[in-house]
Amino acid sequence: MIASLTPRNVVVAVLLLLLAAVPVYAAVTANAFLVTLFTRVIILGIAASSLNLILGYGGMVSFGHAVYLGIGGYAVGILAQEGVTSGFVQWPLALFVSALFALLVGALSLRTRGVYFIMITLAFAQLVYYFGVGLDRYGADDGLTIRRRSQFDDLINLSDRTQFYYLCLALLLATIYLIWRVVNSRFGMVIQGARSNDRRMRAIGFPTFRYRLTAFVIAGAICGVAGALLANHTGFISPATMHWTRSGDLIVMVVLGGMASSFGPLIGAVALLSLEEALPVLIRAMAFPVFGDAAVRMAEYWQIVLGPLFLLVVLFARGGIDGLLAGARRG
Amino acid sequence: MLLFIEQCLNGLQFGLLLFLLAAGLTLVFGIMDLVNLAHGSLYMLGAYFAATFAAWTDSFVIAALLALAATLVVGMALEVVALRRLYGRDHLDHVLGTFGLILFFNELVRIIWGPAGMSLPLPMWLIYPIEILPGLFYPTYRIAIILTALLVALFLYVLVMRTRLGMLIRAGASNREMTGALGVNINLLYTLVFGLGAALAGLAGLMQAPILTVQIGMGENILILAFVVIIIGGIGSIRGAFIAAVLVGLIDTIGRAFLPDILRLVLSSRGASTVAPAMSSMMIYLLMAIVLVLRPEGLFPVSSK
Amino acid sequence: MADALLEIEELTKRFGGVIASDSISLCVPKGELHAIIGPNGAGKTTLIGQLAGEIAADAGRIHFEGRDVTALPTDRRSQLGLARSFQITSLFLDFTVLDNVALAVQAHAGHSFRFWRDARGESQLRAPARAALARVGLAGRADVVVSNLSHGEHRQLEIAMALATRPRMLLLDEPMAGMGPDESARMVKTLRELKRELTILLIEHDMEAVFALADRITVLVYGRIIASGTPEAIRANAEVRQAYLGEQEQRHG
Repeated sequence: MIASLTPRNVVVAVLLLLLAAVPVYAAVTANAFLVTLFTRVIILGIAASSLNLILGYGGMVSFGHAVYLGIGGYAVGILAQEGVTSGFVQWPLALFVSALFALLVGALSLRTRGVYFIMITLAFAQLVYYFGVGLDRYGADDGLTIRRRSQFDDLINLSDRTQFYYLCLALLLATIYLIWRVVNSRFGMVIQGARSNDRRMRAIGFPTFRYRLTAFVIAGAICGVAGALLANHTGFISPATMHWTRSGDLIVMVVLGGMASSFGPLIGAVALLSLEEALPVLIRAMAFPVFGDAAVRMAEYWQIVLGPLFLLVVLFARGGIDGLLAGARRG
Repeated sequence: MLLFIEQCLNGLQFGLLLFLLAAGLTLVFGIMDLVNLAHGSLYMLGAYFAATFAAWTDSFVIAALLALAATLVVGMALEVVALRRLYGRDHLDHVLGTFGLILFFNELVRIIWGPAGMSLPLPMWLIYPIEILPGLFYPTYRIAIILTALLVALFLYVLVMRTRLGMLIRAGASNREMTGALGVNINLLYTLVFGLGAALAGLAGLMQAPILTVQIGMGENILILAFVVIIIGGIGSIRGAFIAAVLVGLIDTIGRAFLPDILRLVLSSRGASTVAPAMSSMMIYLLMAIVLVLRPEGLFPVSSK
Repeated sequence: MADALLEIEELTKRFGGVIASDSISLCVPKGELHAIIGPNGAGKTTLIGQLAGEIAADAGRIHFEGRDVTALPTDRRSQLGLARSFQITSLFLDFTVLDNVALAVQAHAGHSFRFWRDARGESQLRAPARAALARVGLAGRADVVVSNLSHGEHRQLEIAMALATRPRMLLLDEPMAGMGPDESARMVKTLRELKRELTILLIEHDMEAVFALADRITVLVYGRIIASGTPEAIRANAEVRQAYLGEQEQRHG
């Protein structure tokens, strides 16, 4: 984070300026959709940053990270349904329950390695997903509408789009800063060492399990808060939030942006959600001269482009966007 | 009692289907060290192919055979075009790349077959139930599934326990050792093994098709169950996959059928009907958690080297 | 022996049908450099693995400073002062040289649940790490990323990392494997210095180095100790000559 004029820092600075300016631009152009879209980008940026702590720095390929979005969201939703709308109760609970679940999953899954770890985290997320589907009292499959956003007395009014947006942005920056401090601390050295060579870590005297578990819990707790934000943002929570494809999306964001880089996950979130918005438009524009009106229908199938794109990123741009930017400095 | 036996048979049938799916996954993982999330897409394709061919040929059996061949070909093509490039890379790359393939296949199916599902009607001779025990009638088709899957299991058993390829698989041989011992082109071998796994997934999909509807994403949830199966059984172990699959099938089916009644013994009737649906779908994950606590490498761990 | 630092009793390990350690009993007094030699597949690395706690023995006990450590995990043994190096280099390849050694220092500087302060700015971690690097002759390479080091430098770093844990005893698994004559000579010099203050268990194939350094030598063949004694005694031992040394001398001509 030392400020020097590398391509990467310029991109990050410009990105942050643009994010800060979104509500202003939206107000001038009366384009409320932009604020909605970028609030979502920012919240998922928080979630992806938390995943980066364990995936990028810790080398733990958790394929169930979206489950904490769900747990955080349901903490808000269920409390609101039961008449507790205070954010002072909802948000700490979202954080606490997410941390607790992460502790449980981590304690079981971190005993294993490699592909076992991937599948176990996935399976436990699926367990909660089905639990949500079975929650008849809270909407089951159809989900739960949250009628009132979390109340913070006179402190901040989340029903105000702009205030909510800037709160999310502030929390994103706080998350990125927090993770940056953590990964460069003694604790961070341990989890990065365990990613690099766990056997050697134990040989030089580190009981790595407890450190990795702690990182896993921190990541879950942060993502739980992101879940509380997301539920407030959409005014709705359903099991679909924690469907395993959502966990896949979070991994894509981290890898697409660049693993083990401070702003990579945010860049990845911006890139993925922009792609989802832009691909249909692009396809329509490119297909229209050739196929005419059929291009409108073709644009609906944008995922047929997105999927193979992931494969190409894996094969040819393993360092993600951040890696390309860092490479640009050298070249 | 008859109901219980019937549910056991349903569980067995479901478990054997899971086995077909899990066997392909575990074979591909054991030999090529590849985590293939798109395995569920091949399951889905098997079902779509069968439904389409059945509409063309008016014969369930011919359609099934054609669908099997088609998924085999798609699987081999997929290996040659894309997945081959992922061998030797780390598992995160596999997860990400094959996650992309799921999106691709789902969209492809939507383009070709449209967003509405399809159905695969059974021929008359497979619909009628037969009396397997005095007073117990059981659908012929489900018996056919059980027998087919058992035959496949036998085939895989022979392949793994009685052939040289199988011995090398069990020994966890490296690429070079395999080539040396078998004297075959390793690339071709991998393509064939992947094709076999794909065909098994396709077989599971096409056999499940008449029972459920054929729809986009049908392979995804069952894929995760197949993961649970191979976690419980031990990754890379066909025998473990078989036992775990039957176990999971039985517990899941019997749990769904009888858990509400069991819970009613301890909870109020209303409480039981609230908790039961959530509980029964969680049962196999609890089983997985217990197995992990006791044996982190699964019931039948394959020595990693 | 009263002042035994490391005492092994009847240690046994089987892999399937193969006996890797056949009731090995061994005693290393404080201050000794004890070498273990034997042909490939004699179970030397397996023995180190059991001493370091990475491999669980089937039977037998291991005492370190009079304390039974048989059931302790690797990290606890390291905390007690038992440090190992690896035959196949096992380092943090994506870290710098200094970060590697600083991590080893950190492992023995209290718990690491410290989340805020920049670890790379802590002189109490960096200074001892630089000192350990200086001892093995890597002081000038501190800021190089490990994957860019030469093979010989990797071997030196292996020793530096073991040293940085401030051990009471070193378990060295073929520190000279793959080294050229110059590098080997430098390593012998380093080990000779270390020997003055540390107890060392050394596994090595380089017989010249072993006989130059060792106070006592144990010969392991097929997991079994066939002889143990001073270098002179081992050189004179008929069984050893037949089973191992003779063979070697013939080969070397």
